[in-house]
Amino acid sequence: MAEKMRSPLGTAYGLGSAREGAKDWWSMRLSSLALIPLTVWFVVSVIGNIGADYETFAAWVGSPVPAILLVITIAVTFHHAAHGLQVVIEDYVHVEWQKLTLLIAVKFGCVLLAVAGIFAVARIAFGS
Amino acid sequence: MPIANRPLSPHLQVYRLPLTALMSISHRGTGIALSAGTLYLVWQLLAAASGPDAYEIFQRFAGSWLGLLVLLGWSASLFYHLLNGIRHLVWDAGYGFSIEATTKANRLILIATVALTVVAWVAGIASWRS
Repeated sequence: MAEKMRSPLGTAYGLGSAREGAKDWWSMRLSSLALIPLTVWFVVSVIGNIGADYETFAAWVGSPVPAILLVITIAVTFHHAAHGLQVVIEDYVHVEWQKLTLLIAVKFGCVLLAVAGIFAVARIAFGS
Repeated sequence: MPIANRPLSPHLQVYRLPLTALMSISHRGTGIALSAGTLYLVWQLLAAASGPDAYEIFQRFAGSWLGLLVLLGWSASLFYHLLNGIRHLVWDAGYGFSIEATTKANRLILIATVALTVVAWVAGIASWRS
C-alpha cells in the first residue's frame, strides 16, 4: 500500500497484524465451500423426510450414507457457525468482559450442540 | 498522513444504505438466525435418538403454525445465506466487484432466494401429502 492507513498514534501503539489471520480466513472459506453441496443434500433430505413417522425417520438417520453425511454436516456447520458468530461479536461488542464472555459462550455452545447432534446420530445408527 | 484523509465510515443514522449494504448486513442476520436454527435440528435428532415419545413432542411442534413459521424463516434464511455466501466466495476469488456486476448479483440472489424457497415448500407439501 502506497499510503499508510494508520494514524501516528496507531503506529506508536504498534498494534497490528498478529500474522495468523490467513489461517482463520482460509478455514472459513473451506467450510463455506464444503457447506454448499452439504446444504443442497440436507435440504433435499429434509423435504424427503417431511411427514415421516418415527420409525421411517430413525431408519433414514441410521442408514450409512445419511449418517455419515449428517455427522459431517453437523461438524462443519457448527465450525462455520462458531467462526461466523465470533466475527460478529468481535465487530460489534467492544466492552472487553462482555466480548470475552460472549466469545466463550459461543464456542462452548457450538461444541456442545455439535457433540450432542453427532451423539444422537451415532446412537440411532448403532442402536442405544 | 493526517487523520482527516483517512476513509470514513458512513454515519448510519443519516445514511440510506444501498441495497448492496443491506444485503451485506442481511448475510450476518441470516447467519445468526441459522445459528439459532441449529437448535431445532439438534432437538429433532436428540428426540429421534430418545425414542418415539420424545419424537412425537417434536413432531407436534414441527407441525404447528409456530413450527411451520420457524421452518419458513429457516428455509428462506438458509437459501439466502447459501446464495449470498457463494457470491462472497466469488468476491474472495477476486471477481464481480464492479457496480454493474454487484447490482446484477443482488437481483439474482433475491429472486433465486424466493424461487428456491417456493420450490422447496411446494416439493415439501407435495411429499407431505403422499
